[in-house]
Amino acid sequence: MDAVTGESQITYDARGLVEVDDTVLGVAVVKDGKATIDASELTTRKINLELRSLVYEQGIEEVTILNPGGKHSLGVGILTRCKITFEGSLGYFACGVIDGPEVTINGRVGWSACENMMAGVVVINGNAGSLTGAAIRGGDLVIKGRVGARTGIDQKGGTIIVTGDAGSNTGFMLQRGRQLLLGNVGPHLGDSMYEGTLYVAGTVKSLGADCVPSEMTDKDIEFVTRKMALYELGSPPELQKFVCGKKLYNYDNLEPSERKLIL
Amino acid sequence: MCGIAGIIYRDGPHAVGQDMTKMLQSMKHRGPDSTGYALYGTPKESFKMRITLADTNDKRDFDFAARLLARRTEVEGKLRAVGASVTEIDETTDYTSTFTFDYDGDLKSLADRVESVRSTQVLSLGHSLEIVKDIGDAETVAAKYKLDKIEGTHAIGHVRMATESDVDIAGAHPYWAYPFSDVAVVHNGQLTNYFYWRRRLERSGHRFQSACDSEIIAVYLAERMADGASLEDAMNQSMEELDGVFTYLCVTADSLGMAKDELAAKPLVLYESDDIIAVASEEIAIRAAVDGEIETYDPFEGEVMVWTR
Repeated sequence: MDAVTGESQITYDARGLVEVDDTVLGVAVVKDGKATIDASELTTRKINLELRSLVYEQGIEEVTILNPGGKHSLGVGILTRCKITFEGSLGYFACGVIDGPEVTINGRVGWSACENMMAGVVVINGNAGSLTGAAIRGGDLVIKGRVGARTGIDQKGGTIIVTGDAGSNTGFMLQRGRQLLLGNVGPHLGDSMYEGTLYVAGTVKSLGADCVPSEMTDKDIEFVTRKMALYELGSPPELQKFVCGKKLYNYDNLEPSERKLIL
Repeated sequence: MCGIAGIIYRDGPHAVGQDMTKMLQSMKHRGPDSTGYALYGTPKESFKMRITLADTNDKRDFDFAARLLARRTEVEGKLRAVGASVTEIDETTDYTSTFTFDYDGDLKSLADRVESVRSTQVLSLGHSLEIVKDIGDAETVAAKYKLDKIEGTHAIGHVRMATESDVDIAGAHPYWAYPFSDVAVVHNGQLTNYFYWRRRLERSGHRFQSACDSEIIAVYLAERMADGASLEDAMNQSMEELDGVFTYLCVTADSLGMAKDELAAKPLVLYESDDIIAVASEEIAIRAAVDGEIETYDPFEGEVMVWTR
């Protein structure tokens, strides 16, 4: 198990917050190549170890986790193709740093869900907190509910779809990728974005710095129609498109202080 | 980081002490330094005042017990001197006491008199409010102050990870909105115009127990409400006048309010049903107190909400 658990043994923990024991309990019920873990009595670490042991060592491709109870950091760092279903709500950092899995969450997620996702699909059948899909590089993240602030902050690829309302600073510092926001959007949409595209069906409270409206093209309509059909969201509504105005592009110019030094 | 939690029952008193302990214990990872409660029991005719006679960093030397006794006697004397008739003194721990008394004069002068006793702080004063705060996690504090037995209609709580001031009782939340009876505040975040408001409020005669920025909110709201504003109006005004990142909860004798700054920088999850409203920094805390599958959401930026029991 060393390859899976990795860490050295922790011997001193003044505040009692670290789970020292890193043995896999093996409590998952495996039937017809599908595994089920009842997480109600397990700690975060035990659940993640169990999950990793199933998908990496036992070659199980479908895992259902019951009663996750809003715990943090569940389903993180899964770098292989598999199907994971959470029956219940997750806390912060749910399914962070994943590459490949197809995840369904039947509940709500806290802050920073799917942070740094490389590839895969995550469908959240519930509301999500702030910083959802922070810095994702690829894959599809679908939230069938409302999201908090700063959705897709620093997004570098992939697609985020939100069916409900979104909070402030949605698409903050967006660098690549697309966001399809089917509800109303809060203030400062697309603030300081570099590249990428935002599609909004509802009202926009205000645009952030250097975020400008643009024309929908046939390619945009084709993309939105395809994605919405894929996640059974019906036919696309009337959409507004927002892109970067590139007014803040000053990459070749000197800063005022630098100019003083040279000239 | 800090964690905050609040609960209000719409169908009468429940075991609020137990529920709040569960909520706060589940958020121990957000702040293991100190834990505090503001609990509302059944309102009584007389006042209940909780005080500490020594803080955590006071020297526990040979004379400590004698000093505490002298201070307690002095507080009792001060209460009698302002015309309060003390009916009960409960010595919960060696350095905290709860005084029950009848009084119809000015609360500010009473609190000021009590606090003129060396090292003494008034934690709370009101007809139903009781603030309990101490070093350690929720279960430690609940066991020390026997909070499991407390029944009430609403409460707020706080687990603290100290960033701006010391780890001691004075720096722990909740803060009583001195000198306003039955009002308390917990806060998660940082206020950047702390000194501006501290100087301003000090000039209008308020006192500050600690160097903790969160105390500003309690005193600020108290002053607004003393000017005749409702809790909701005072909270809405605070959104304009307080700078920084914050999510705070405020409780009065019959209501619970939440406010979130306009950047939504600090978390808050809300659960609302017909007979209970629970708010907390993390959903895990709400699940600790509410059974079954529940649907929760994050309030948006700049939102102020107030619920009445």
